[in-house]
Amino acid sequence: MSLATFSTRLFPTMRSQAMARFATPSSSFARFYGTKKYTEEHEWIDIDNGIATIGITDHAQGSLGEIVYVQSADLKDVEKGDTIGSVESVKAASDIYAPVSGKVIEVNEDVAANPSLLNDNPEGEGWLCKIQLSSDADVSNLLSEEAYKKLVEAQH
Amino acid sequence: MLSALRFAKSIPTVTVARTAHRAYSAAAASEALRKTVLYNYHIENGAKMVPYAGWSMPVLYSNLSVGASHNWTRTNASVFDVSHMLATRVTGKDRVKFFESLTVADIENLPVGSSTLSVFTNEDGGIIDDTIICKHEDSLYVVSNAGCADKDLAHIRAHLKEFQNKGGDADLKIIDDHALIALQGPKAAAVLESLVEKDLRDFPFMDGRFMTIKGIDCHVARSGYTGEDGFEISVPNNDAVEFTKLLLASPDVELAGLGARDSLRLEAGLCLYGHELDETITPVEAGLTWTIGKRRRAEGGFLGASKIQDQLKNGVSKRRIGLVVQGAPARENAPIYANGELVGKVTSGCPSPSTKKNVAMGYVKNGLHKSGTELEVEVRGRKQKAIVTKLPFVPAGYHKV
Repeated sequence: MSLATFSTRLFPTMRSQAMARFATPSSSFARFYGTKKYTEEHEWIDIDNGIATIGITDHAQGSLGEIVYVQSADLKDVEKGDTIGSVESVKAASDIYAPVSGKVIEVNEDVAANPSLLNDNPEGEGWLCKIQLSSDADVSNLLSEEAYKKLVEAQH
Repeated sequence: MLSALRFAKSIPTVTVARTAHRAYSAAAASEALRKTVLYNYHIENGAKMVPYAGWSMPVLYSNLSVGASHNWTRTNASVFDVSHMLATRVTGKDRVKFFESLTVADIENLPVGSSTLSVFTNEDGGIIDDTIICKHEDSLYVVSNAGCADKDLAHIRAHLKEFQNKGGDADLKIIDDHALIALQGPKAAAVLESLVEKDLRDFPFMDGRFMTIKGIDCHVARSGYTGEDGFEISVPNNDAVEFTKLLLASPDVELAGLGARDSLRLEAGLCLYGHELDETITPVEAGLTWTIGKRRRAEGGFLGASKIQDQLKNGVSKRRIGLVVQGAPARENAPIYANGELVGKVTSGCPSPSTKKNVAMGYVKNGLHKSGTELEVEVRGRKQKAIVTKLPFVPAGYHKV
């Protein structure tokens, strides 16, 4: 059991970034995965020290159009594939699926208040939530940037 | 995410990316899509085309998002290509009698030059389609939904044959040599006035006139599907692009697609066939009793009249309502609850660009339809408060003489 999961269990009701910072080993700790990965569901996932930051890709926001509503994830344990909120345009709603198993430890309150962040900067300021990976989290089928680009091209 | 690409469990209307706009698609993708005469013009103007009712239609244009296009229409004017809709002309000296046998409208007492919203009913009083009937000196001009075109025509033709066999004088002609272009918004009248160089203040909403606009012979109906003042203009196919360019020459006019059309009509409390209306819903349940003329209520004489007359007398079990939903927007098929009991479902819903609230329409049990009634709508497994709200959600801007 990593320190991170242990801490979360000790303080199950603690939320957000403070918790994440507390639980995350110091910056000298090696980054396990430094680069951004993608999913077939048009999400990006950036894993750093066992914590995955998740958002939708630029391609996804372009396809959705103007995003006017974001339903944030609940701070709780999730299984890969679970619905963890939605992003919505006037015309359509799209579910967000957990790309990995773990615990949602933080949601981006800024995008809920200002959904246009998702159009303006989907892969930066417009991140959606952070998931602390479970010890057995499966990250093997995440796509590289190159593989994701190919997927997008193939869909056009 | 983009369940869009992976049909969401709880939200059937999900779109986006590749499967995008499936919500708009009535026809199988494998079928060749029909194109209106404005197709190339749409592409040249940055339209994103989607399959809709067997046609390739613009859902939005690259210069405006759906929300921005919606707001533009509410404050200025927009042009919508609605040429996919089925336009027909009914002729013969018994045309009124024939059409009254199929619809609930009192066409007999409709003034020449005026039109009415109506519905084609089936034997059970359910709605086969909604339609606009415009009465002219020598004919009826009828516009109905593209998505219902095949079944409407089959229905009308079957009854026409019967009518003719009994000696009735009526005939039906499809108008396919004209495009239909809607100009909608508070500035629509000023834009059209500048082209016809004529004051249109005496042109009431729901009237139809033959007009020559910059040398093009058109049929102009003051009507629309946005809740705003506006016109639906029938233009010869050969002149359609030229005519659209004339409208777009005004700085107050932008092109708009199906995306804005849907949110505009929803805010205006207008029904969309296949959502608020279908063959199991009667006009009384749909809140369209006002389309049934007084004489027709008394006399009947249309399909399903006995069922509808019974409902008028004894009431209905379900009713169409408007809802303002708290939390996430409720979309089609979201279940509606009252005190934990399932009492209906949402038929259309979206975040409303004009009111900034999440609005929806749906059906609930009779008795729960009064404004202010507190209900709950389930979205992705969460029950959210929803308040029954009087329709339309935005005040109508229809022109009054």
